[in-house]
Amino acid sequence: MIAIIDYGVGNLKNVRHVFSILEIPAQITRDPKVIRAADAIVLPGVGAFRDAVQNLEKYDLIDLLKEQAQSGKPFLGICLGMQLLFDKSYEGGEWTGLGLIEGEIVRFKDVPKIPHMGWNTLIPNTESPIAAKIEPESYVYFVHSYHAVAKNPEDVVFATEYGTQFPAVVQRGNILGMQFHPEKSAEVGLQLLKNFKEMIG
Amino acid sequence: MVFYDITASSEDREIFLDTVERVAEQVRIPFTIGGGIRTPDDFRKVLLAGADKVSVNTAAVLNPKLISEAAEIYGSQCVVLSIDAKNQGDHWEVFIHGGRTPTGIDVVEWAKQGEALGAGEICLNAIDADGVKTGYALGITKAVSQAVRLPIIASGGAGEMIHFADVLEAGADAALAASVFHYEQIPIPTLKDYLRSRGLIIR
Repeated sequence: MIAIIDYGVGNLKNVRHVFSILEIPAQITRDPKVIRAADAIVLPGVGAFRDAVQNLEKYDLIDLLKEQAQSGKPFLGICLGMQLLFDKSYEGGEWTGLGLIEGEIVRFKDVPKIPHMGWNTLIPNTESPIAAKIEPESYVYFVHSYHAVAKNPEDVVFATEYGTQFPAVVQRGNILGMQFHPEKSAEVGLQLLKNFKEMIG
Repeated sequence: MVFYDITASSEDREIFLDTVERVAEQVRIPFTIGGGIRTPDDFRKVLLAGADKVSVNTAAVLNPKLISEAAEIYGSQCVVLSIDAKNQGDHWEVFIHGGRTPTGIDVVEWAKQGEALGAGEICLNAIDADGVKTGYALGITKAVSQAVRLPIIASGGAGEMIHFADVLEAGADAALAASVFHYEQIPIPTLKDYLRSRGLIIR
C-alpha cells in the first residue's frame, strides 16, 4: 500500500486515481500509523513552498517523513512534493525543506513566461530503473514557477530545459522526485509510475 | 483538452460537476473546464472535481476581480481567460453570454487587462469563424499574442490541417478544434505528423 500524504495542499484525487489504474492500493492519509505501515510514500503538492512546510509542521509530519525516507522505503515527491525533498527554497523568503536531496529551489530567471507551464521533454542524465522504457525527449507536463538546482549532478536522472537546464527527475537511493505531474503526463507519466511500482516490488 | 458548457451563463445554469468528475477518472492529461463559473468558490469545486484549469468568460467581464481573486487563491496556472471576439471592422469587440451580448470592450485591451489581473492563459475564440471551417482568425490572434506574454490558445475556424499550421505560425501557442476531431475529419496523429513536417514543435 502506498501512503499519499495529505497535508492540506491541493487535490490528491488525481494522484490516487492514477495509482488505482496501475492497481496499486493507495490511501490518502496523514495518520502516522498508516504512513509507517505503508510500502511506499508519495508526497504530492501544489501551491507555495511556505504553505506546504507550514502545513507539514502543523500536522507533525516533518520528522515522520524524514524517518520514513531514511527507512529505505520508496519515497516519491511530485511537483512541489519534489521541491520539498531539497535543503531549502527561496520561494517567498527562505524556507527549510526536508533535506533528503542536496540542493536548492530557485525562481526561474530570464525566461519569457512564468510559470513554466505545458509539455516539455525529458533529457536523460544518469541511469536508473525509474527511467526504464522512457525514450529520450519524451514529453511530460509541467506547471511551476521555481525549479531545483541539485548540488550533485548524479542525483539528476532526467533534466529538462526552460531558460536553463534543471532537474525533472531526481533520485538519491530510495528517494525520488518528479518536477512534472506524472499523473497528468499521459502514457509517459504512467510508465514512470509503473517503474516506481517496480521499485516498491 | 477543454470542456465548455457554452450556454451556462446565458441560461443561468450550474456547473456540470458530475461530468468533470467522470472526465477526471478517464483522462490522464490536463483539462480545462468552463461555463457558468462565477465565483472563486466555483473554481474550488471544479478543481476538487479533478480539473486542472478553469476557464472564465462572461463572469470575468462582469466582475474582473474574479480573475485576480482566483489567481491569488489557486494560482495563475489554473485561471484561463476565455474571450469571445467579434470582428467589428476597425477593431475586435468582446462578446459575452455565449457570444450573444456585445460589451463595447476591445479584445486586445481586455487580454492585456486579463494578464494584469493574473490570468495564466488566454483562449481566444473568434465567434464568426467558429464552425465555419475556413481557418482561424489570424490577425487578432497575432495582435493578442504580441500584446500579452501569456500562452494563447486560438479557437474557431479549424477546417483543414493547414489552418493549424497557419495559426501556430501567427503566434498562437495552441490551436483548439472540436468538430474536425469529433467527426474524425482530421485524425489527431495525422495532424501532429503534418505539423512536425512543417517544422513546428509538437508533443
